[in-house]
Amino acid sequence: MEIPNIVGAGLIVIGAAMGIGRIGGSAMEAIGRQPEASGKIQTAMIIAAALIEGIGFAALFAA
Amino acid sequence: MISKFTAFSAFVGLMFFSAPAAAQDHGHEDAHHEEVHHDDAHHEDAHAVEMHTEDAHGAHTDHSEGHGHDEFVPASDTEGRKSVVKETVEHHLADSYDFHIVGPVGFPLPIILFDNGLKVFSSAKFHHGESVAEVDGEHYIIHHSKIYKTDAEGTITYDEHHHPTNEKPLDFSITKNVFMIIFMAVFMFFLFRGVAKTYQDSLVPSKSGRFLEPLIVFIRDEIAIPNIGEKHYKRYMSFLLTIFFFIWFLNLAGMTPLGVNVTGNIAVTVSLALMTFFITQFSGKKDYWMHIFWMPGVPVLLRPVLAVIELIGLVVKPFSLTIRLYANMLAGHVVIMSILGLIYIFASYVAAVPFMGLTLFLSVLELLVAALQAYIFTMLASLYFGAAVEEHDHH
Repeated sequence: MEIPNIVGAGLIVIGAAMGIGRIGGSAMEAIGRQPEASGKIQTAMIIAAALIEGIGFAALFAA
Repeated sequence: MISKFTAFSAFVGLMFFSAPAAAQDHGHEDAHHEEVHHDDAHHEDAHAVEMHTEDAHGAHTDHSEGHGHDEFVPASDTEGRKSVVKETVEHHLADSYDFHIVGPVGFPLPIILFDNGLKVFSSAKFHHGESVAEVDGEHYIIHHSKIYKTDAEGTITYDEHHHPTNEKPLDFSITKNVFMIIFMAVFMFFLFRGVAKTYQDSLVPSKSGRFLEPLIVFIRDEIAIPNIGEKHYKRYMSFLLTIFFFIWFLNLAGMTPLGVNVTGNIAVTVSLALMTFFITQFSGKKDYWMHIFWMPGVPVLLRPVLAVIELIGLVVKPFSLTIRLYANMLAGHVVIMSILGLIYIFASYVAAVPFMGLTLFLSVLELLVAALQAYIFTMLASLYFGAAVEEHDHH
């Protein structure tokens, strides 16, 4: 049985969502530990999230 | 600030809502437009009754162009309503040859074709894509937002995949997207020249400078200096500021009911990413190229492998910039339009209230995404510039 492309894209999107979720969660924890570094943590969080998001979109377009 | 944003998005939501509402009013006088889907294979069954009226004259003249709002489909015909919503969404996302504002209000844009010599004429000749335009003995027709050469009857021939086989002239038209880009460039020129002028009298900003100074300083202090470094950041400030405000303003323009979808157009985001790519490569210093082709500090055997990976990374960076901005904006528009379309599909006031609320929420979210995507694009561009000009003293 052939698996349609969209299933693979869905799996990648699940993975990307888990990744972004972990980044967000870890950033929250980090801000909780060190509120004075929140600016730097936010920047790093957004960059990392954006890079993962790119993979998710690439998967969607390949499907 | 927040209350203003909410009011603005409420306005946006209301204006979008007026589209399906207007479609219903319109329907009674325009009942003969029901045959729009005649050449779409999926709906031929649903519309079998109306088909014969159009098929009588002309094999495959497509009249679906720009008819998103005009036809009346009864509430019982859910499939028909679904296809109308799909068509309206597609129509709003596509580029077009005239600037349609609301209802009958709008203006035509110039069409510039290169087909045996330059041909310049107004898109009013197409009558919103409904008729064939004749210019210097040549006939043109708009089919799915593209101009094709045709004969006086507007015949379009198709291959087996239902793609038109008609000849396409080279198209340099000022379309809606091009118009918005030019408009935004002029608007930004005067806006920022005004901001610069306010600093001639005093160092304290006034007027628009009061709003824009924090943003400009934010880009300098939080994006450019930390990522590029004190020494080189000034060279890139003009590009970073331009690209940030250009993307942000066009994203916000996309949130207005005008149906402007410039940053959700892949050609636009490709060019923005290519500009970033070329600036990065041309400002690359010795260390930058060494880190790509001959990575210091790793075993010699591993260096060619890393060079290949780095070269792939070189291409992937502008690609991901392109796709990120394009997909984010497009997805936002599609989601908002589709949820509004659900009101039209369910055709009841009970459905209208929650979907209006959801649209309002998503519109506010899209305002955040509009700023966030501009920020991320600028941020990543400055990261790439920073990597290009970085100097390593430790080896």
